[in-house]
Amino acid sequence: MSDQPNNQPKIQLRDVAKSFGRKVVLDGVDLDVGVGESVVIIGGSGTGKSVTLKSILGLLTPDRGSIKVDGEEVVGMSTSDREEVNHKFGMLFQGAALFDSLPVWENVSFGLLAQKRCVHTEAKDIAIQKLAMVGMDADVADLMPAELSGGMQKRVGLARAIAADPEIIFFDEPTTGLDPIMADVINDLIVKVTREVGATALSITHDMASARKIANRIAMLYEGKIIWQGPVDDIDTSGNAHVDQFIHGRAEGPIQMAVRA
Amino acid sequence: MNPLQAIGRVFLKFLATTGRLMTFMALGISHAVRPPFYPRIILRQMIDIGYYSLPVVGLTAVFAGMVLALQSYTGFSRFSAEGAIANVVVLSITRELGPVLAGLMVAGRIGASLAAEIGTMRVTEQIDALTTLSTNPMKYLVAPRLIAGIAMFPLLVLVADVIGVFGGYLVAVYKLGFNPANYLQNTWDFLTAEDVNSGLVKAAVFGFIVTLMGCYHGYNSKGGAQGVGAATTNAVVSACILILCSDYILTEMFFAK
Repeated sequence: MSDQPNNQPKIQLRDVAKSFGRKVVLDGVDLDVGVGESVVIIGGSGTGKSVTLKSILGLLTPDRGSIKVDGEEVVGMSTSDREEVNHKFGMLFQGAALFDSLPVWENVSFGLLAQKRCVHTEAKDIAIQKLAMVGMDADVADLMPAELSGGMQKRVGLARAIAADPEIIFFDEPTTGLDPIMADVINDLIVKVTREVGATALSITHDMASARKIANRIAMLYEGKIIWQGPVDDIDTSGNAHVDQFIHGRAEGPIQMAVRA
Repeated sequence: MNPLQAIGRVFLKFLATTGRLMTFMALGISHAVRPPFYPRIILRQMIDIGYYSLPVVGLTAVFAGMVLALQSYTGFSRFSAEGAIANVVVLSITRELGPVLAGLMVAGRIGASLAAEIGTMRVTEQIDALTTLSTNPMKYLVAPRLIAGIAMFPLLVLVADVIGVFGGYLVAVYKLGFNPANYLQNTWDFLTAEDVNSGLVKAAVFGFIVTLMGCYHGYNSKGGAQGVGAATTNAVVSACILILCSDYILTEMFFAK
């Protein structure tokens, strides 16, 4: 790997493997995400997209392989070092994963307070600023997450993910469960806030419309490996039968869905 | 299948679970004694565990004390030993029934709610979200609850002791016709600090067991609503069984001569 920091990928995965019991989920994933780049991993359900993301976040430990963030190996890191690395991350969860015991503004400012980057009295004002970045009014700040619709929860989740100005933002199926218009709103917001924060983005999705919109580069995960990756404009001319089948959503093709789990 | 294989598998699973529980416990304790602490959460848990359990614990204690007086009267009156009723009531309540009954009742209340709350946070990825927001879930979720449990159970049991003795007094004086002053005098004369203290130590241990079981089963629940339901059941059942087991061990330690 290069000594020049400019060429150093923000996130680098090499030969990452993970099995649950006898089920091999990741079987040697290699992936680089450059600084400021937006990479989207596509793939069917159960192909290990979430496991890849959780391995980078340290929520799962891979069985083998190396994961580097800013050139620093994070697999096998101690818990306290890990927390330092996690300061660089922001994550939008599939179901938003808002803390339902806390009002919206405390959700948004949670990471800042945890990192002691603001005091409790100014946290609400900062939260309202971040909510404005995702197009939400100040009056939602005092609502509880359960009072919000799915799309609003996603937006609050996005505000929470960007609140601590992360260097890397992860998006886990950002448009799943939303109507097409709200999905597009969320996609636009993702593109906008990632640019404003200046963050590197890694997303996983099976929604091709979303992938085309938010990606610079797309990688396809199939049977635990990255079988194709390239710029988003090349996705229609990939020449890869698996990719073609996936992006056109055809039941017929090299990918056979296991009907029985 | 070979029956020996099945036995071996169950045994290995038991060992693995015990190991996981011990690791979880050690981690929880180590976070409970190291800063940063979360005073707001500890306070909220203390109110939930201590204050809101008062009605349940009070009702349990008053009826336990009343029944105890009534039952010991039917037994002791055969030997003309009615004078010992005050003694039996106060010793049984402070040493055993106060801590154990309060422990079991609060295990149902708190063990279940902890497991359901933390379990739901697990399956909706809120626990993962904590990690991504620079917060250690063991420290934020588990440690405050353990602290609150250990702190509040003895206080609850102290209240239960007083109410339980009062229940016995009510029955003895108003139903069995005892002299109030004599009854109280007998209660006081027989009671030693060790009786109350042993009950309070038991209470602290039970508080630890109940909150640990609630947190452990919630934290490790998986698979949606059904998983959370199973975690809740397991938390309550395992807490109750452990309370009764550890009660025997603690009694043996305190009183076996």
